[in-house]
Amino acid sequence: MYLYSLTLQQATGIVCAINGNFIGGKSQEIVVARGKSLDVLRPDESGKIQTLHSVEVFGTIRCLAHFRLTGSQKDHVVVGTDSGRIIIMEYHKEKNYFHKLYQETFGKSGCRRIVPGQYVAVDPKGRAVMIAACEKQKLVYVLNRDTAARLTISSPLEAHKSHTITYSITGVDCGFDNPIFAAIELDYSEADQDSTGQAASEAQKHLTFYELDLGLNHVSRKWTEPIDNGANLLVTVPGGEDGPSGVLVCAENFVIYKNQGHPDVRAVIPRRADLPAERGVLIVSAATHRQKSMFFFLLQTEYGDIFKVTLDHKRDEQERIHVMELKIKYFDTIPVTAAMCVLKTGFLFAASEFGNHALYQFQAIGDGDDVEASSSTLMETEEGFQPVFFQPRGLKNLVRIDHIASLMPIMDMKVLNLFEEETPQIFTLCGRGPRSSLRILRPGLAISEMAVSQLPGVPNAVWTVKKSVSDEFDAYIVVSFPSGTLVLSIGETVEEVSDSGFLDTTPSLAVSLLGDDSLMQVHPNGIRHIREDGRINEWKTPGKKTIVKVGSNRLQVVIALSGGELIYFEMDMTGQLMEVEKHEMTGDVACLDIAPVPEGKQRSRFLAVGSYDNTIRILSLDPDDCMQVLSVQSVSSPPESLLLLEVQASIGGEDGADHPASVFLNAGLRNGVLFRTVVDMVTGQLSDTRSRFLGLRAPKLFKAIVRGRQAMLCLSSRPWLGYIHQGHFLLTPLSYETLEFAASFASDQCAEGVVAVAGDALRIFTIERLGETFNETIIHLRYTPRKFVLHPKKKYLVIIESDQGAFTAEEREAARKECLEASGLENGNANNREQMENGGGEGDDDDEKEDPLSDEQYGYPKAESDRWVSCIRVLDPKSGNTTCLLELQDNESAFSLCTVNFHDKEYGTLLAVGTAKGLQFLPKKSLTAGFIHIYRFIDEGKSLELLHKTQVEGVPLALCQFQGRLLAGVDSVLRLYDLGKRKLLRKCENKLFPNVLYSIHTYRDRIFVGDLQESFHYCKYRRDENQLYIFADDSVPRSLTASHHVDFDTMAGADKLGNIYFVRLPQDVSDEIEEDPTGGKIKWEQGKLNGAPNKVEEIVQFHVGDVVTCLQKASLIPGGGECVIYGTVMGSLGALLAFTSREDVDFFSHLEMHLRQEHPPLCGRDHMAYRSAYLPVKDVIDGDLCEQYPTLPPDLQRKIADELDRTPGEILKKLEDIRNKII
Amino acid sequence: MQVSDRFNINSQLEHLQAKYVGTGHSDVNRFEWAVNIQRDSYASYVGHYPLLAYFAIAENESIGRERYNFMQKMLLPCGLPPEKEDD
Repeated sequence: MYLYSLTLQQATGIVCAINGNFIGGKSQEIVVARGKSLDVLRPDESGKIQTLHSVEVFGTIRCLAHFRLTGSQKDHVVVGTDSGRIIIMEYHKEKNYFHKLYQETFGKSGCRRIVPGQYVAVDPKGRAVMIAACEKQKLVYVLNRDTAARLTISSPLEAHKSHTITYSITGVDCGFDNPIFAAIELDYSEADQDSTGQAASEAQKHLTFYELDLGLNHVSRKWTEPIDNGANLLVTVPGGEDGPSGVLVCAENFVIYKNQGHPDVRAVIPRRADLPAERGVLIVSAATHRQKSMFFFLLQTEYGDIFKVTLDHKRDEQERIHVMELKIKYFDTIPVTAAMCVLKTGFLFAASEFGNHALYQFQAIGDGDDVEASSSTLMETEEGFQPVFFQPRGLKNLVRIDHIASLMPIMDMKVLNLFEEETPQIFTLCGRGPRSSLRILRPGLAISEMAVSQLPGVPNAVWTVKKSVSDEFDAYIVVSFPSGTLVLSIGETVEEVSDSGFLDTTPSLAVSLLGDDSLMQVHPNGIRHIREDGRINEWKTPGKKTIVKVGSNRLQVVIALSGGELIYFEMDMTGQLMEVEKHEMTGDVACLDIAPVPEGKQRSRFLAVGSYDNTIRILSLDPDDCMQVLSVQSVSSPPESLLLLEVQASIGGEDGADHPASVFLNAGLRNGVLFRTVVDMVTGQLSDTRSRFLGLRAPKLFKAIVRGRQAMLCLSSRPWLGYIHQGHFLLTPLSYETLEFAASFASDQCAEGVVAVAGDALRIFTIERLGETFNETIIHLRYTPRKFVLHPKKKYLVIIESDQGAFTAEEREAARKECLEASGLENGNANNREQMENGGGEGDDDDEKEDPLSDEQYGYPKAESDRWVSCIRVLDPKSGNTTCLLELQDNESAFSLCTVNFHDKEYGTLLAVGTAKGLQFLPKKSLTAGFIHIYRFIDEGKSLELLHKTQVEGVPLALCQFQGRLLAGVDSVLRLYDLGKRKLLRKCENKLFPNVLYSIHTYRDRIFVGDLQESFHYCKYRRDENQLYIFADDSVPRSLTASHHVDFDTMAGADKLGNIYFVRLPQDVSDEIEEDPTGGKIKWEQGKLNGAPNKVEEIVQFHVGDVVTCLQKASLIPGGGECVIYGTVMGSLGALLAFTSREDVDFFSHLEMHLRQEHPPLCGRDHMAYRSAYLPVKDVIDGDLCEQYPTLPPDLQRKIADELDRTPGEILKKLEDIRNKII
Repeated sequence: MQVSDRFNINSQLEHLQAKYVGTGHSDVNRFEWAVNIQRDSYASYVGHYPLLAYFAIAENESIGRERYNFMQKMLLPCGLPPEKEDD
């Protein structure tokens, strides 16, 4: 089996982010690393975050830094990765790609303890960069410019220290003196030797300054001093002319200012009043804002509170700057971030660690009255430093203006078609704690509806026209009805007008701009040409014939009369529409289209005509061979609509490499297929055909404009958009209802919109967030969702949620009431939480305003770590309403669930939930008791009623129905239960599993058990002997995070290290076991090396580079092949599709091989090594790498294509085809 | 150093041991071995962000706190060293 791996949704979580000036000029951009991809983001004028560029690097990005060479106009990016190399690159705006300037190898690849790449720091003046490992190694590269002002880097200078752990590094701003880097270090050498523990207890973290002597080209340890043992993060303090230099050391509970030759200035970080005493406060992310006259720091704690830190400093007589006071003031609270960026334009970009990222605008800079801790008021008592307390409050300084969706982490996923739509929906459980949600993903683009207005009748067509070519916006919307035409003028408002010159007593066939500034209306009986001065020329059809179809561009018009006669008009120099040629077709014309006039030409050469005899002809419009048939294409069904579209498959400018445009003939066929073929610009020959089924209705094709480029709207049973995104032509469904007719729309309020008619309504909408594969509907949940199942008949979802270290809902409500009363606020909305959890996705903004302390923003108050809260929820996915919510009591939390039909059928479908009471992981896993709850569905499946609880000795992590009984994995025991009156009855068990059972799948009499640390075990149940036994297991110990049953002999699994693998029982072994009357039992009794007698074989292995949490076999498109869909912790979704032909396998493996050679990954990690990070990749072709082919320069594309004996067009088609099989 | 010395197996090993932390030798004891494994694991957890996030979800802590905890554990990953036996 060979698989094609394709990422459907790239990771949505963010590992780190930096802001700087990467394009050059005034604008500010944000570069974010999403684990294995690198994106450039920018907030646009309206405050929406736009993705400029996104590239998959096939490596792990661990940190980012940016620097600017003196005299340079733009910033460079330094990337710390797992490649054992330092990568310096710059972003090219014109070609829209990252240009790798330097890639210097310094060590082995992989995230290793002593290979640098974990931390990167730069000198604030851009003269040097330090790259460090967790332990021992630190390398310094000197950055310089050559005579042509290009960046050069030196060979690395070592600043190693053995037996030393590094916690954080940063560059110290010391003006133009020698560059200095600061590091928090801890020496463990003595602690490792001393068995009394004295050395360990005395182990002390140090702040060390490393000085790079630019003259001697040497790095030395300049200064080292003990610091607080809780130190974890360093922040550079501006120096030189701007400030006192030195660093802020963020430690648990404290922020300390330190500099060489300067006494420590220490202040305590204010604590939330409700924080348990044993918990510290740790700073997890920091951002600095610098202006000419001032600077401040924003530090965020692990609870989400942001503090503004300012330094009071003064210059003394010797020109030394002295820091007098350090102030920490409560600023605002936002969800905990992985990185924050303060933009010069007054925005704060917050990359949340879990859940949606946000863009905030500063309304104030924290000058108001708030809780403040200061170094001058620091009180030290016998119990240590006196803490300062505060209460989080609503946002005062920040206001949220945009958000970017993030699925991180996907906890569970199911592909189901619950809404009976054309394509299935992906139900994902996302987020953590109060930011948890159920997100329903549908393939397609989200749209935002701008206006819907009812029309007097049912229209059949709509157009928009400008008054002149030079106009930016459309002037009229023309709507055609069966018996008339309605003209609406676009201005401040859209209103009906009668002075436009259009004939309103007849339906229209086409309305467009002709020449530079005249308008044309084609109606069944003629053509009405409205000149800009108001003169009207009317052309009437001869005899009783009527016009049936029209094709036109700005200078040419072709009409088809009933009976099959074509008449060709051209606009002459005086602006008159002149008849040029007539042509008789053999039958009625089904559809026709003329290509737009090429730049600088008089006319377009091609006319496409579709006939009912299943053919499409290309006719010439050149004067020499006018109306000659250039080529004929036969298609599977009569074409209904044609569109000649210029596509720049991969393109210069914003979208990648320079490529010549090619004209595509698109045809919507009656059988619902969109047929696309390339038209040769010279000969008119058709080649390279592609077809795709779009829906149950014949697609109608319309031109649209997307990001200033030609795009195509296809209206079938659902609307689709064909457009170019980052070098790819994408055909993506829109999440909108069926439309009849559409036209592009540009106005003041909406630059690139679409106006469409459906039913008796006129709709104006815009398409949002181009490039995204899915759009989502959000249903909020209460706690971190763990798993969910579907009620097989009633189609309700049952979700289990649980959180460690949190208070129960009642406790929270009480505390909240108290807190609100204390702050003197009305507590009028006690039910607000409930609303928020279940309110639709759009409503949450309002809720936040209503709710002064929404948990979503502030997080749940922290409780002791041995406390658990949990609930079981029954949810109606259609309405998004929770029909039943059972909060578990007494520190119990749910971990597994399944639906089960016991064979006695007394109750029908029951729900089994595995719970644990008082579970603790540290210092050792322990629990008071485990339970299996059995619930009965009541009220049509809307509610649950507890039948009974059965106590078990461990955590039941896995439950599964099996032959009318319940299989449960309780720690390392697999047990079969039957339903009793008061509790479950043990029927059979097997205790021979190595660790903890994590998953159970069953098929016939086979049971596939996943062990938490030792991969899969295949078991069998012998009913006559009532025995469960293991007949095969895996030879590789893998820590399972997800599993799925693929077929009788095959299981798909994913491990903690980010691998996906398939194991299969060899065919002969499988047959033997099935045929053996003892079911392999005799053999089983022998066993091998403490394991089962048979071993499964690994047939597929692939390193995804992300922890996969869920796997499912499903088909995302109707009629498409089944693929294995997976979701990951970083919020990405991917698919593995099995190849159906050997030919394709050869083609794609060769393409992959060539791309590996010719286009090595951006961050220097070898592609093959990355995909084989833990175990060698086996039989999986990386589609993400193959899909980088269109972004290559054209000559490289041609070179690879030549080696494969194909044309670049064929390769693009192959890539498109295989993608279309998946989604 | 003489040319012959440089190719001496012992000096090569010493070189490796100096260069790569955790390179074993014949006298390595159970404790030293375990400490190395643990430190390597923690460094790997810190280096692989998705794994860090996975742990953070399990323990309901922030990712920053989880990273800090792992780094702190690198000091004494296996508790105190055993008492030295004098031989």
